[in-house]
Amino acid sequence: MSELEFRTAIRDALAEEIERDPTVVFFGEDVAAAGGVFKATPELHERFGPERVFDTPISELALAGAAFGAAVTGLRPVIEIMFGDFMGLPMDSLANQAAKYWYISNEQGSVPFVVRSAVGAGGRFGAMHSQAHGTWFQGIPGLKIACPSSPADAKGLLKASIRDDNPVIFLEHKRLYSVKGPEPEEELVPLGRASVVRPGSDLTLLSIMRGVPDALAAAGRLADDGIDVEVVDLRSLRPLDVDTVLDSVAKTNRLLAVEEGPRTGGWAAGVLGAVAEEGLHELDDVWTLTTSETPIPYSPSLEDAFLPDPDAIVASVTERLGISTAR
Amino acid sequence: MIGTRTAAAEAPAAYLDRYSQMLLIRLFEGEMHRLFLQGEIHGTTHLSSGQEAVPVGVCSALQPSDYVAGTYRGHGHALAKGTDPEALAAEMLGRATGVCGGRAGSMNVIDLEHGLVGCFGIVGGSIAAATGAALSAARQGRVAVAFFGDGAANQGYFHECLNFAKVLALPAVFVCENNFYGEFTPMAEVTAGGDIAARGAAYRLPVRVVDGNDLWAVRAAALEAVENARSGAGPTLLECQTYRHYGHSKWDPATYRPKDEVDNWLARDPLDRARNRLLESELEERQVAAAEKETHECIERAIAAALAAPFPDPDDDGGREFRE
Repeated sequence: MSELEFRTAIRDALAEEIERDPTVVFFGEDVAAAGGVFKATPELHERFGPERVFDTPISELALAGAAFGAAVTGLRPVIEIMFGDFMGLPMDSLANQAAKYWYISNEQGSVPFVVRSAVGAGGRFGAMHSQAHGTWFQGIPGLKIACPSSPADAKGLLKASIRDDNPVIFLEHKRLYSVKGPEPEEELVPLGRASVVRPGSDLTLLSIMRGVPDALAAAGRLADDGIDVEVVDLRSLRPLDVDTVLDSVAKTNRLLAVEEGPRTGGWAAGVLGAVAEEGLHELDDVWTLTTSETPIPYSPSLEDAFLPDPDAIVASVTERLGISTAR
Repeated sequence: MIGTRTAAAEAPAAYLDRYSQMLLIRLFEGEMHRLFLQGEIHGTTHLSSGQEAVPVGVCSALQPSDYVAGTYRGHGHALAKGTDPEALAAEMLGRATGVCGGRAGSMNVIDLEHGLVGCFGIVGGSIAAATGAALSAARQGRVAVAFFGDGAANQGYFHECLNFAKVLALPAVFVCENNFYGEFTPMAEVTAGGDIAARGAAYRLPVRVVDGNDLWAVRAAALEAVENARSGAGPTLLECQTYRHYGHSKWDPATYRPKDEVDNWLARDPLDRARNRLLESELEERQVAAAEKETHECIERAIAAALAAPFPDPDDDGGREFRE
C-alpha cells in the first residue's frame, strides 16, 4: 500500500484546491520560490504561476490583513505564517477583523481563508519558535482551528478548510512533517469532528497533533500490561467535538488528556471541564498530562524532559491507576 | 499641494450632487450628535463634520463596484460610498433595520452591497482591509481605497501594507485624512518628521498632499490615483489635510485645540467653500437652495424612520457563529 508523507499531504491538498477553484490563492514568506522553510509547498509556484502562488515581505500583519480583505471580496486565500509563534503579530486582523466579520456584518459576508503555520516543540528551536498557538485562538468565536495528527487527516482537513466559508487557523506540527501514513480514504475531513483512532475499553487517551502518535505508542505498551486504551484525536480545537469524547468516556469511564502546552488556559483543561459538566456520572477518573508552566527550553536535555512523550504517558497512566508495569 | 482649480471641467450639476452629499454627511453627523446627547445612541461616536470633502471627493472618482475601507470616524465614508442614510442611522441607534442589523454599531459598519468592506474601530485596520481587497480588485478590474487618519501613520498596518501593496503593485489608493490630531494629541508631537506624505515617498509611492477641505482638489487627486491604480501602475498615497469640527469622540469638547487654529479652519469650512464655488459657476442660488432643502428632508425622513424601527429581538436574532 502506498504511503503519504505529512508534508506531501499539505502540498497535495493545496495543489488540488488551487487546481479546482480559481479563487484560491496561496501566499506567504518563502512559500513560493523556496517552497517553504519546511519544504511543505515545493513546486506550487512553478506549476500555478505568480498570480496564484507568491512570496510576500516578512510582514505578518499585512499578510493576514491582506488575506482578510481579499477573502471578503471574492478570493479564498491560504496564507502561511511561518511559525505559529509569529501569530502574535497579525492578532488584530485575525481576532478582530476576520473572526467577527460574519456575525457583525449581519451575515452579509464571511471570511473564507486559511492561516497555516508550523507549530510545536522538539525541534530545538527555542522558546519563540516552538509554541502551538491553538489555545491562543480557541476562545475567539468565529474562528475554526484545525490540528491534524496524520497525513491523511492533514490532507482532508486542509482541503475542507480551504472550502470552508469561515476563517480557519491550521496547525502543522513540526515533528509530523516527515511522518508517513496511509492515503486518505475520504477526500474531505470535516472540521470540528474528533476521531476514535484506536478503540479500547479501559481508558480514553485524548490528544491532538504529535500527541496522537505518542498516545498510540503508549496505548500499545499499556496493552502489554492489560490496559485496553481508546485513543481519541480531537482534530479541531474549535468547534470542539465534546460529544465524541463523552461517547468514549461512557465506555471507558477514565479520561487522560495529553497536551503539549501548559495546563493553565490549555485545551485539555477546557475539555475536562466540558466533560465534567455534561458527563460527570460517567467518570471514575479524569486528569491531564501537560508541560510545565515555563516557556519552552532550548537545550536537548531540558526540552526532552519538558515534552510529554510515550514514556511519560505510560508512566502517568500506570501511576494514576496504581499498576506496576511489566518493565 | 494640489491647487483648487485643476479639476477637469465637468458639469456644475455633478458638483451640486457632490455638495449635497457633503451636506448630507454634515446633517447626519449633527443628528448623531444630538441623538447621542439624548441617550438614543450608545457607547461612543466619532463624528466627521468638517472632513466631508475627503470621502465625497474620493468616492466621486470611484465606480460603484470599487471597494472602500473606512475608519471608526466612518459615517462619511459609508454615506459617500452609497450606504442608505436610514440604514446607517438605524445601525447607530441599534435597530433591527440597521445596515448590520444593529450588531456592528458606529465603529464597525459593513455594507458590502455598496463596496464598503468595512469600517474599522482599531486604528489602521482599514489599510489592511483595502490592501487585501486590492488583491481581489486586481483580478476584477477594480480599485480599493483605504481611508485612515494621521494616527494610523504610526501603526504597523500603515508601513507593512504600503510596502506590501507597492511590491505587489496592487490597485490601492491610500487616503490619509490628516486632521492634525490623533485623539487628543497633536499629530506633530507624535509623528517623527511631521510629514506623512514623505513616508509614502520613502516607499516610492506617488504621493499628493491635498487641501482636504477643497472638494475639487480632492477629486482631482483621487481621479489621478484611481486611474493609476486601475491601469496597473500600483498604489498612491494621498495626504488630505483637513480638520474635525467636533472633538475626538462623544463628550470630548476638544479644548486642547487653540482657538485661533479652530477659527482658521472653520473659516475654511469645506461646505461653505463648495457652496461658494457652485454659485461662482452657472448655478443659481435657488438651485442650490432647492438641493439643500431636499437633503434636509432626506435626513429628516431617515432619522424619523430609524427612530421608529424596532430593536432586534434576542429571541429571534438567531445569531450563528459560522456560515454553513
